[in-house]
Amino acid sequence: MINLRIDAQTTDAVATPSQNGQTDAILMTRSLNFWYGSAYVLEDVNCDVRPREVTAIIGPSGCGKSTFLRCFNRMNELIPTARLEGSVVFRNRDIYDRSVDPVEVRRQVGMVFQKPNPFPKSIYDNVAYGPRVNGYKGDMDEVVETSLKRAALWDEVKDDLKKSGLALSGGQQQRLCIARALAVQPDVLLMDEPCSALDPIATTRIEDLIRELREQLTIIIVTHNMQQAARISDRTAFFTVAESGAGVLVEFNDTQKLFTTPTDPRTEAYITGRFG
Amino acid sequence: MSPRTEYENQLQQVHDELLLIGSMVEKAIKRSIESLRTRDVELAQRIVDEDDEIDDRYLALEELCIDIIARQQPMASDLRALITGMQVGSELERMGDYAEGIAKISIRMGDEPPLKPLIDIPRMADISIGMLRDSLTALNERDAALARRVWHTDDEVDQLNDQVYRELLTYMFEDPRNIQRATWLTWVSHNLERIGDRATNIAERVIYLTTGQTPAPDERWPDVGDPTPQDPTTPTNGSTSP
Repeated sequence: MINLRIDAQTTDAVATPSQNGQTDAILMTRSLNFWYGSAYVLEDVNCDVRPREVTAIIGPSGCGKSTFLRCFNRMNELIPTARLEGSVVFRNRDIYDRSVDPVEVRRQVGMVFQKPNPFPKSIYDNVAYGPRVNGYKGDMDEVVETSLKRAALWDEVKDDLKKSGLALSGGQQQRLCIARALAVQPDVLLMDEPCSALDPIATTRIEDLIRELREQLTIIIVTHNMQQAARISDRTAFFTVAESGAGVLVEFNDTQKLFTTPTDPRTEAYITGRFG
Repeated sequence: MSPRTEYENQLQQVHDELLLIGSMVEKAIKRSIESLRTRDVELAQRIVDEDDEIDDRYLALEELCIDIIARQQPMASDLRALITGMQVGSELERMGDYAEGIAKISIRMGDEPPLKPLIDIPRMADISIGMLRDSLTALNERDAALARRVWHTDDEVDQLNDQVYRELLTYMFEDPRNIQRATWLTWVSHNLERIGDRATNIAERVIYLTTGQTPAPDERWPDVGDPTPQDPTTPTNGSTSP
């Protein structure tokens, strides 16, 4: 049962156009507040995500980073008692509008999780799963090959596509999950600590991949590893826990600026290890 | 207690070491001019010998900064402080070399009679030492305004250097037997001018440390008047004695 209560606003009311009347953000949140039951999780978050950039989300445990990420493809509504107010706008449309199909949102805004979670199926079937569910009638072999190539996994598995996805190494499994997400050709990829279960070499592969994918799609990544955020992202959002107990967006800045000359003293305290 | 006690101690150590090296360099510059003025060759030799300690301390400081960067992954103002520390350390080390250079000239001059009483060179030294001291105070107190004032003081040193150079040229033209001693003094003047330049570099680093932005080389700050550029062919008023 979905208990998500939506207080959606119309797009025109929430978009903040730039001077030429257009907004360059692909995703925006406006006055986003979020609760799990009585627990206040996110407080009044306003954030613009630019297309074809890597946006990193950092902050101490419990600041609502993952919850915020999941707001972008309505994953939170799978959790009973979840409640959202405000708006999340994707390509000028509020994704929480009643007319919007969450399945279609998730096709366009894919997700990769902390632990690699391939299906107990072959490598081929893992990648083909999304397109099949979506009723894709074209050349599936081509989709599988293209997706595995984009995920930098093709060369390692091309001769053994019938092997179980679970038989791959952790790093390969995570890239398989990325290939699976890419197979439905999303515009945005959400990554929730995708390297936290991987060794440094596998992490490097994923980071290289993120840099390559950035040319083609928008990536939002939650990471506990500040060095990783500094290495791979164009912009970084720092969240912390407010007095209300909810997570607040403290600073959203160019990554270079945030890690060398942060504007907010709370950001400075966190990234220098003096808080959190 | 800070959650990163060892890290905090290491950052403090970098800061303290910079100020210590700075005070050693200041002392070396002062004594180098003293050795020149009093023709004290023994004092000059001590300055030459003691420069090794400045060099060693600078290298140790650089190693410490690299070690902290590698192990602690500093960010934000800590990262800026460490980068600044390495750069300022390098500037101080070179300033120490200039003081050593003046001491070596003092040794070379030996018993040669002075060309004339030194007036502008000690003035240059006083201003340069003041610039060094102010730049280190600005570093210690993270005072960007003071750092900016240091930058402008450099114009005074540059003008004195031009003055001294022109004055010494006239001595050389007057009597070729003056060339050797006048050349030594132009080197001294040049070293002091470079010390002033290095102090302005430190001041620029302090501005970066405090604001996160490196000022452009030709930038002039609105709170201090821009000195009128001097025509090098125009004779200057006042003392021109080196």
